[in-house]
Amino acid sequence: MLQHMRRMTLHRWLGIVIKEFIQLKRDRLTFGMILGIPIIQLMIFGFAINSDPKHLPTVVLLNESSAFTRDYVSAMRNSDYFDLLGTANTESEADNLLERGDVQFVVTFPLDFERKLIRGERPEILVQADATDPVAAAGALSVLNHIGNEVFTQDMPGFRPPASGSLIDLRVHKLYNPEGITAYNIVPGLIGVILTMTMVLMTGLAMTRERERGTFENLLATPATPMEVMTGKLVPYILIGLIQVTVILILARFVFHVPMLGSLWLLYGVVLVFILANLALGITFSSIARNQLQAMQMTFFFFLPSILLSGFMFPFRGMPQWAQVIGNALPLTHFLQLVRGILLKGNGLGLMFHHIWPLLLFIVVVLGVGLKTFRRTLD
Amino acid sequence: MNLAIDVRGINKHFGDKHVVKDLSLQVREGEIYGFLGPNGSGKTTSIRMICGLLTPDSGEGTCLGYDVLNDNVEIKKYVGYMTQKFSLWDDLTIAENLDFVARMFGMQQRKKAVDQALDELGLSARRNQLAGTLSGGWKQRLSLASCLLHNPKLLLLDEPTAGVDPKARRDFWEEIHRLSSAGITILVTTHYMDEAERCHRLAYIAYGNLLANGTADEIVAAQKLETWVVSGAGVHSQVTALRVLPSVEQVTTFGTALHVSGRDGGTMGAAISQFCAAHSLKAELGNSSLEDAFIHLMRNTRDQFEE
Ligand SMILES: Nc1ncnc2c1ncn2[C@@H]1O[C@H](COP(=O)(O)OP(=O)(O)OP(=O)(O)O)[C@@H](O)[C@H]1O
Ligand SMILES: [Mg+2]
Repeated sequence: MLQHMRRMTLHRWLGIVIKEFIQLKRDRLTFGMILGIPIIQLMIFGFAINSDPKHLPTVVLLNESSAFTRDYVSAMRNSDYFDLLGTANTESEADNLLERGDVQFVVTFPLDFERKLIRGERPEILVQADATDPVAAAGALSVLNHIGNEVFTQDMPGFRPPASGSLIDLRVHKLYNPEGITAYNIVPGLIGVILTMTMVLMTGLAMTRERERGTFENLLATPATPMEVMTGKLVPYILIGLIQVTVILILARFVFHVPMLGSLWLLYGVVLVFILANLALGITFSSIARNQLQAMQMTFFFFLPSILLSGFMFPFRGMPQWAQVIGNALPLTHFLQLVRGILLKGNGLGLMFHHIWPLLLFIVVVLGVGLKTFRRTLD
Repeated sequence: MNLAIDVRGINKHFGDKHVVKDLSLQVREGEIYGFLGPNGSGKTTSIRMICGLLTPDSGEGTCLGYDVLNDNVEIKKYVGYMTQKFSLWDDLTIAENLDFVARMFGMQQRKKAVDQALDELGLSARRNQLAGTLSGGWKQRLSLASCLLHNPKLLLLDEPTAGVDPKARRDFWEEIHRLSSAGITILVTTHYMDEAERCHRLAYIAYGNLLANGTADEIVAAQKLETWVVSGAGVHSQVTALRVLPSVEQVTTFGTALHVSGRDGGTMGAAISQFCAAHSLKAELGNSSLEDAFIHLMRNTRDQFEE
């Protein structure tokens, strides 16, 4: 990449940027798409999408270790709804895991659990659920209640549940989105989906369009370098992406009343990184594809897993392992965590770096492939 | 004399199609070099290899002293390439196209150069018109202006006058000769014989093979053709009959007369005289034209390569 940098000159790069802006300005259809897509999609996805996810990552915090708590935990494990990652030692350790989005649930057993249970005093079990993705939490929570009665009546034959119906008092704390409003989850996610779709597609067409119209031959006959052409063509789309995000955020705030807890600056910073990741991919598709149709097909081939495996359609932690592995390679997966973290949890940069570096790595790798495959000739 | 283009033994395949075969081409500095050949013979492909837009499969050579295989970044700075198909941006205006090209070549006084080019083109008044809305002839002129913008040392013009009216074509060739006397080397492809005759030297390529090169006279002489001009009432109805006469290789219509050519002058001459006397036609020995020579070359290679 260095050897590409060295030959890069500002006037040529600027020339390409200006040309792209002028061409974009004259392309009414694309302009319509830029505003139309976010608005239409936001309206369509206003609906909730339902599912019953299993194997949600969970840690338990045991203030007491007894036969009862052990049985309860193993029953949780058998229920398929929970994936027990281990036990947390302190409350702050557990909170930290929740905040980072590493776990969906923290289940806390109090001191004196066994004693209270035997006396029929209905001990509390505290369940803290990350409800930024409300669909994910619902099914699992109802299972916890059910487990309680089953396990403890088995352990103590002859022991009947009290009239109130339950041996334990399950206290659920839904964090970050206590009312479980799906729009809170969907709308920030849509920022990512819309950016993925428009950014990859529009840049995907950028180079193949030149090739199909025959203008690529003229461009190649000038001393412009691949780095200048590729990055110069990206600049206008960065601006478009930022406009789209602003439109969505305004709608999210005033139509869907999505809370915005974190810093907007940070949000735009993260958005910028994500836009770059998608543009890098689009321009790389564009230099690999032979024609516009191929570029389009590659875009959709990428778009499908992005929608399905990123945690936008289905809760990420409920997906099978192989799907999570694929999902982790997709920029949208990390971006969803970042946007939800900033908007709904008010997270700062420190908590989110583990979702930012994968995006940066993606940009470097993909752009590298793009520059390698950029054809400097018509061969 | 220095060579602006000097390539030797260049080959190019597309898939299993051998499109350019062992091409060697020497173009001297400052000359107008005509590049001729039937459709699909590999002219455009050869030009693209010379200016670094296609990589030759084998062969070697230099363009303006730079290696065609490795130095194409340098070559591009000093070459003006006018593509066969209009390849400027339809959705940019005339002025924007020129400005873009000027930026790509890193020109110092861009505005001035663009204004001057527009002036010379006579397009100053229409500078804000989209290039895509120009007529064919104007597109050609704009293309030429855009590849002259950065003062190239070598011009590669791929059928620059296809579809251009006769007046514009004459103006165009005057411009070419002016550029040539200013020291610019020009390689130009064309299908027009009158244009071929205006070139200093020519090369003729068919099926990827370079078949002849040199001045127009040299090429005609090398074919060793004898040509009879046959005229008279009803001469055009005798084409088929003339073709089958002994030693006649080709019969071509030239206005009101026919050119009957072949290499065995003696046998052919006798047969033609006899035929013309019998059909009360006039026959006289004429000069073989460049066109006679090219048609002859083309027929021979077709027989050679198409079977
Ligand atoms: N990119 C390509 N891929 C495959 N085949 C090609 C390609 N470019 C040219 N060809 C083939 O190579 C041959 C030579 O083409 P070329 O364009 O060089 O001919 P030309 O002499 O310029 O013809 P014309 O006078 O019609 O412009 C043709 O048969 C053409 O089909
Ligand atoms: Mg051609």
